[in-house]
Amino acid sequence: MASRRQIAAMKQSLFDQDYLDEQFIQLEELQDDANPNFVEEIVTLYYRDSSRLVSNIEQALERNPLEFNRLDSLMHQFKGSSSSIGAKKVKAECTLFREYCRAGNAEGCKRSFQQLKREYATLRKKLEAYFQQARQAGPFEAARRSK
Amino acid sequence: MTVETRADEPRGQFPVGMRVLAVDDDPTCLLVLETLLRRCQYHVTTTNQAITALKMLRENKNKFDLVISDVHMPDMDGFKLLELVGLEMDLPVIMLSANGDTKLVMKGISHGACDYLLKPVRIEELKNIWQHVIRRKKFDPKEKNSTCNQDKPQSGTTNNGLSSAGAGSTDLNAKLNKKRKDQDDEDDDEQEHGHDNDDPSTQKKPRVVWSVELHRKFVAAVNQLGIDKAVPKKILDLMNVEKLSRENVASHLQKYRLYLKRISCVANQQANMVAALGSADASYLRVGSLGGMKHLQPLGASGQFQNNVYRSLPYSGMIGRLNTPAGLGVHGLPSSGILQLGHAQNLNNSSGNSMNDPLKFRSSIAHVNQNQNGGSLQGMPVSVGLDHLQPNKAVSSVQGPTTGFDDKTMSLISNKLSDPRAGVGSSCSRPPLMGIASNGLLLEPNSQGSQGGRGYENLTSVASQHSEFSLPLMDNHNGRCNDNWPSAVQSSGMPTNSYPTRDCLHGGNPSGASSITSLSTQSHDSLADMQSHGPIFTNNNTTPNLAYQGWDDHSLDSLIPVNGGLGASGLHRNLDYSFGNPLEMKHEGFIKSAQDPSLKSNQGYIMDPHKAQRSRISSNNLGSLEDLVSAMMKQEQDFICDDFTGGTSM
Repeated sequence: MASRRQIAAMKQSLFDQDYLDEQFIQLEELQDDANPNFVEEIVTLYYRDSSRLVSNIEQALERNPLEFNRLDSLMHQFKGSSSSIGAKKVKAECTLFREYCRAGNAEGCKRSFQQLKREYATLRKKLEAYFQQARQAGPFEAARRSK
Repeated sequence: MTVETRADEPRGQFPVGMRVLAVDDDPTCLLVLETLLRRCQYHVTTTNQAITALKMLRENKNKFDLVISDVHMPDMDGFKLLELVGLEMDLPVIMLSANGDTKLVMKGISHGACDYLLKPVRIEELKNIWQHVIRRKKFDPKEKNSTCNQDKPQSGTTNNGLSSAGAGSTDLNAKLNKKRKDQDDEDDDEQEHGHDNDDPSTQKKPRVVWSVELHRKFVAAVNQLGIDKAVPKKILDLMNVEKLSRENVASHLQKYRLYLKRISCVANQQANMVAALGSADASYLRVGSLGGMKHLQPLGASGQFQNNVYRSLPYSGMIGRLNTPAGLGVHGLPSSGILQLGHAQNLNNSSGNSMNDPLKFRSSIAHVNQNQNGGSLQGMPVSVGLDHLQPNKAVSSVQGPTTGFDDKTMSLISNKLSDPRAGVGSSCSRPPLMGIASNGLLLEPNSQGSQGGRGYENLTSVASQHSEFSLPLMDNHNGRCNDNWPSAVQSSGMPTNSYPTRDCLHGGNPSGASSITSLSTQSHDSLADMQSHGPIFTNNNTTPNLAYQGWDDHSLDSLIPVNGGLGASGLHRNLDYSFGNPLEMKHEGFIKSAQDPSLKSNQGYIMDPHKAQRSRISSNNLGSLEDLVSAMMKQEQDFICDDFTGGTSM
């Protein structure tokens, strides 16, 4: 079991590496005794719900020709969702993707989406690991803010 | 969706306990938002569907203080919801979006949002949103029914005369679903929540609810004074309603003007409307979405719109908004909702329109009419947006002599309208297009000949009879809301697509009413689509000057065919009317349309209340509205004409 300090460091690195942004902190602030696993719940909900969006986008990217408006719209939703949990890199990829859409750049969209999926998956793993450690450390720890 | 019942909150603790309705289709965002709001100590209800949100709001207008909604939602465009809420319930709405484009923000503001927040939302921002509730309360005639607060010296309440101390709820109170509001500075509650407060005649200032009847009086007063001369004080005097303050009237007047303005805009977008009619946008006033219908002249001009009608006014405004692509649920139906209004008027005026869908229209009108005495369509804007109004059908039915129509529709409408719900529930789910639908139908004939035109005339006359803001009717169904609204709207909205030849219209539509109804009936379906539009009519008040001039005179000259091409092209040519005057269309016709779901096909004709040559049905109070409408219509006229070339594309 990781020590509190280690858990805090884990979290800190997520911020430092831009996986997460201030929104995540805000989520943590919302976590309290009444709602001890709030952050984890939100993240879980996010991954569950956004997986649907991700597959929709994937399917849309397989069309020919691409429907940029639709892609843009899907990505807009995805971006909104991702920003709610503070997924910084994922959000940045969303923005890039949308720019490609607006430019009608199919290749750019596809590439960007691949990168986005990678970021999305990486973040998930990291958060899962983090939550696991935090849970083990106890609710007190989980509720503590890193910063 | 979690619904929580709120226990009475101690008033003095506002903003604690402020009741917020949060709408977002994204579950993650919604949960975060909910949690943040709760952290601010608000009372939160959430839903991930705009339609559900509207339903909840309509069920009980006093249940919420503020609405926060995402812009991008699958079942309904956030802007549309925004407009509807603003029109029907007059609640502050805050928009949320991940997209902070200036254009979008502008759009939000123009649709009436009191704020526009970017996602992810921070709690600091949410901590301040209560100010919007206060602000609105302050600007709205706080003293609305001056009733309460007897113990408090109502600061500034104008109710000098009105303050019936505590009011024993006069019938006005009874009619209005008053929301108790703290009138003055009572602690700080100025909230509106607290409706469930305690004593009825209590100190809280109940919010004035503009019932159909009240609105009708209002419009009558405005018409009598003339739109440009209509000042709140005089209107108030003319209305002679107890417990109504000058502020109430002033605020209502402002909305009315906006509504009228929107109607004129809407009428122009018929085409969109027609298309819009097609889509079933549940609580949208399809009409509204008909982007093009600028002319939805304030059908409600008939002044008979009771508050519901009035409420629908905002819709008109919204309708205009709905027109925006985003808002257009219905493609192609340009502000059909608004058109409906206009149409209704026109319809009424046009005599002998061969509106083929008398049934539909009738029913819609009937609904709309509820208060009518003669079944005059309360100016329900006929949602011209009926894009696919079955042209022929509509036309034929409309034929009926207005009178006949009147009775029928009126009763129908009345029935519908007289739903127990008092204050127009706002649920008018039925697309107001009904009216339009008929219009659309009407147009058809027109294209073929003057038939269509006639139809419109009827509608117009019907519309005019109602002399209401057509919108309100829809709204008013008192309770019928969902259903009625759309139909009401529809009826009124009978798209004046088929602007029948001038003469037709002028005919003084004997069957004005009937014509409208028929329209509405026909467009029933389209109306249904318009449902969402239903409430759209309300709020048009902005047309400051237009509307009020000579509402009466112009009996809906201009039936602006809602884009649907409802034979519009054909009709269009025929119409000589100056579309400018939506008001002329005695709202009556329009209002009805809102109600009638059958308008579906009519979509798109907006009866442009041209100078009313048509036989106005009941010109009661239409005077000013008509003028306004006509004025508005005028401008649109040319515009519309162009639109009509579409012919019956409805």
